[in-house]
Order: sequence, then C-alpha cells, then structure tokens
Amino acid sequence: MHTPQRILRYCLFACLAGLLSLTAVAQTPPAAAPAAAAPAAPTTDERLAALEAYVNNGDPGKTLTGVAGPGHNGWMMTSAALVLFMTLPGLALFYGGLVRRKNVLSVLAQCLGITGLVTILWWAFGYSLVFGSSFNSPYFGGTEYFFLKGVTSAPNTNYAYWVSQNVFSMYQMMFAIITPALIVGAIAERMKFGAILAFVTVWMFVVYFPLAHMVWGSSGLMNGVWNGDAKIPAIDFAGGTVVHMSSGWSALILCIILGPRLGFGKEKMAPHSMVLCMVGTGMLWVGWYGFNAGSAVAADGVAANAFMTTTLATAVAAFTWGAIERIFRGHASILGFCSGAVAGLVVITPACGFVDSTGAVIIGVLAAVVPYIFCTKVKAMFGYDDALDTFGVHAVGGTLGALLTGFLATASVNANLTGAPATKNGLAKLVTDGGLWLAQLKAIGLTLVLAVVATVVIAYLVKFTLGLRPTEEVERQGLDINEHGEEGYAS
Amino acid sequence: MKLIIAIIKPFKLEEVKTALAEIGVEGMTVTEVKGFGRQKGHTEIYRGSEYTVDFLPKVKIEIGVADDVVAKAVAAIIKSAKTGKIGDGKVFVLAVEDVIRIRTDERGEAAL
Repeated sequence: MHTPQRILRYCLFACLAGLLSLTAVAQTPPAAAPAAAAPAAPTTDERLAALEAYVNNGDPGKTLTGVAGPGHNGWMMTSAALVLFMTLPGLALFYGGLVRRKNVLSVLAQCLGITGLVTILWWAFGYSLVFGSSFNSPYFGGTEYFFLKGVTSAPNTNYAYWVSQNVFSMYQMMFAIITPALIVGAIAERMKFGAILAFVTVWMFVVYFPLAHMVWGSSGLMNGVWNGDAKIPAIDFAGGTVVHMSSGWSALILCIILGPRLGFGKEKMAPHSMVLCMVGTGMLWVGWYGFNAGSAVAADGVAANAFMTTTLATAVAAFTWGAIERIFRGHASILGFCSGAVAGLVVITPACGFVDSTGAVIIGVLAAVVPYIFCTKVKAMFGYDDALDTFGVHAVGGTLGALLTGFLATASVNANLTGAPATKNGLAKLVTDGGLWLAQLKAIGLTLVLAVVATVVIAYLVKFTLGLRPTEEVERQGLDINEHGEEGYAS
Repeated sequence: MKLIIAIIKPFKLEEVKTALAEIGVEGMTVTEVKGFGRQKGHTEIYRGSEYTVDFLPKVKIEIGVADDVVAKAVAAIIKSAKTGKIGDGKVFVLAVEDVIRIRTDERGEAAL
C-alpha cells in the first residue's frame, strides 16, 4: 500500500527531476549558431556590475540593456496610479466640495473631461514633444514618439535606466493631466465646458509641452541636473514651475478675463460640502507621494528623501495655517487645515528631492504664511474672483517653492546636483557656492511670462470664437443641469 | 377654535411634543424652517470670504385646538420650549373659521 507520505515523496521527487531537466535545457547552448556571429558571453564581473547598477539605479552596461528593473518599474507604476488618484477623485472632490451644490458636477466633469482630452493629446503628440529628442532643441522634444510609436517596455535611457518607457510616459502623462485640471479652481462655476476643453487643448501645446521639455527634457533649457548644456541651470524636482506656476498664473489671468461669478461679493458662495473637500485633500496628500517621491523615476535614496520632505512640509504647513487662523480669527477651520496641506504640498514640490528635513520644515512654515496672506488679504485687495484659490495656493506656492529651492537645495541629499551635467552647466558651482536662487529666479520669470502671455492670447481666442461664459440664466440655475443634464444630489 | 403656530429650537421638539400629548393634544404638523428674530445669525469664514448666515434652522409646529384647550396648550409649549436664552422662538395664536375632517366630512370642533 502507498501511504500518503510515500505519495508525497514521489511527487516531490518528480518535481525536482522536472526542474533539473528544465535547467539542463536552459543551459544547453544553441548548437546551430555559427561561432563567428555569436556575441562574446558577458563575464561574471559584467553580469555582477549590471546587477549592482540596478541596485544603485545606474547604467547597466550592455548586459541588461532594454530590461526594466522590477523594483523601479513597480514603484513607477504605483506612482503613476497615485498621481492619477490626485486628479480623480482627489482634486475633483477638493474643488467639488468648495463650489455651490448646483455646480458640483461641473467640476467633476471638467476633471474627467481634461483627463480624457489630455490623454489623447499626450498619446498623439505630447509625450514626443516633451521627451523626444529629434529636434535637439532646448524648447521642444521631437517627433519620434508621435502616437507613442516605439514606446515599449524597454527603458528610455535618456530618462531612466530601469523604468520601462511605456510606464515613464504614462507617469509623466498624469502630470500633464493634473496641471490644466488645477486651473479649473480659478474659473469654477462660470465657464462653458466646451470653452474649457478648447482652452486646455491650445494651452497644452503652447504652455505645458514646451515648458515640461525646458525643465525635464534631456536637452531642456532649464534642466540643470541632467542637461550639461542647459543655458539656465535651474532645478525643479517635481514641477513647481511646470505644474504649479504654469497652472496658477494662467488661472489668475483666465479668471480676470472671464470676470467674476454673478453675484460675487454680494451673494453667499460658501462651500457646499467641507466634508468632500477634506476627503479630496486627504487623497491629494496620499497621491502626492507618487508625484514627489515618484519624480526620482526610481525607487532609490532620492525618492526616499522626497517621501520624507513631502510629509514634513505638508504636515507643518497644515498645522501652521490652522494655527494662524486660530490666533487671528478664533477658529482653526477645516478649510484652513486643507489649504495649508495643499500649500505645503505645492511648495515642497520643486524642492522635495533636493532639500533635507530642516529645509522641509522651513518650507512648511512659509508655505502656510505666504499663501495665507495671498488667499485672504491680497485677493480681497484686488477683488479678482479666483473662486477656489488656484492662484493663491498654486501660483504663489509654486513660485515660492521654486525660489526657496534655490536657497535650501543641498548636494548632501542628492548627488546629482554635483554630477557631470551639473558641473558642466554650472549648477554644481551654484549649489556649493550659493547663487542658485538667481538661476531659479530666471526660471520663474520665464515660466511666468510664458504662462501669462499665452493665456491672454488663448483666452481671447476662445472668447471671440466659442465664447467663455454661459448665459446668465444658465449660470444662475447652475452648470450641472444645463451643461451636463444631471444633478449632483437628487432633491 | 384656534390654530397655534409655535416656532421653536429644533432640539426642543421632543419635549414640546410630549408636553402637548400630556394635555391631550392628539395631532400636530411639524416643518423644518429657517428664520431669524432678535438672535440674528452667525458669521462663517472660508479663507478670504466672510458670510453672514442670517437664517438659522428652527422647527415650526402647527396645531388646531378647541377654545377651552388654547390656554393650556400655549402654556405647555412655553414651559417645554423655554431655555431662557435668546432664540427660543415664538407662539402665534390664530382664529380658525372652520375645520373639516376629509375622511368623514365632520366639521368644526368634532373634526379636531
């Protein structure tokens, strides 16, 4: 009789035998290959060096060319999903809660619409214009990746040795999505859906794609860390200029051209749900780890540092904003905490991979103080209707962050600041000797001018073709039932 | 017959209902309403925007009673709804011409 144990033993033996025979097959050299055509087999040292390169996020040499590293790739796929989570539903709920109940769906529709629209633009032209290289230009990428042609699971070593290019392109696409979605906050409750999509389409080509190439493209004008020929050796880790300044300044101009909401300053326009707003803020914070720590484009030490600085700055800014309100107004409000958290996230964005924990805490405090003044005092002084404070938080925060990065960046947390390209273009000297803030100021100026001028032109273009605003009746009734044929809350 | 309309603080509704039930009032209509009197509203601040909220949530109770019950009912409402603080509300007493019970066509006090 066969006892169960004996059967188990037979099975184990059979498995082992199977595995051994498989290994034997794998080790059999291809017999028919002619000796002359066979490449020299890599030495053990070369193979070991390639594995070390994986651990160090370095160049694998010829042994592992075209292979993505599982850890780095895994983190970047996670990060891409996290950044999408920032828009859907993070930003959508953060903004959606802050509008009146008759317009909640319009904000959600704008976020969803922009996500689809920008994905199509990115697939067709955007990725190539930002991260291609065929133009060899400081302002635009190239044409070689139009329609994501040739964008495969093999890494694009201009940007990452260990991350599949298709993952890299999707990760960067999530940034391209959230940037125009941020503009929605300033023009909420009073712009036609079609006009928003038309504005965003042109804006992506004129502002985002060139700016993203200038800052992050391998031949980019302001890519101080990776482009040895960068004319402006500035640094922007995760998008202080590209994402927050560009969207924030454009938002200010667009909201001024658009004009205030009907009844602005006379009628009550309080948030319809601070609960949704807080839920959205929490999602933004969580998603931002993909945005900031993911911007290392690797699961390495730089990403780890960015993870820590992001947490510190955000928590400090949220607490500080609440404390300012408590001291000067008597109440620490939910909107105050939420505004502080988002402002902290914005201001640490360009700095997160370049500053240490002390720098992050300094940034956290200033991230609350300066945007607080803009959202409460400056806005009231000038009277523009930046409905949900896109300018006060993102433009002011992004500008502040870009400048503070110039003072607080240190090579002790990111050796790339003194790497070969940085030494060639002068960034390394600016980081060690001081003066980086001047290069940062140039990058700020360029971003500001591009965003402002382009927005004026595009906004008037849309105004005189499609028109920017819905009819007075539609705006009074609410955008939800008129533009989208739905109600947010069944009554 | 009289119609008593009482505007009270929402959290006092249960006490008022119990007090009225004790003196034999068998039905009432309750509505959630908003309004203000001397209490005025409060201020809400959202970042830079400050809003005065004039209308505070209140509960409106309507009961129809026979003439001999009016004094007792009003006293019961006042006793049970009072906190002594501003914003306790008001009681209005209105004359009623006629009452009809729809199911039976009864009229007058018989319909109450």
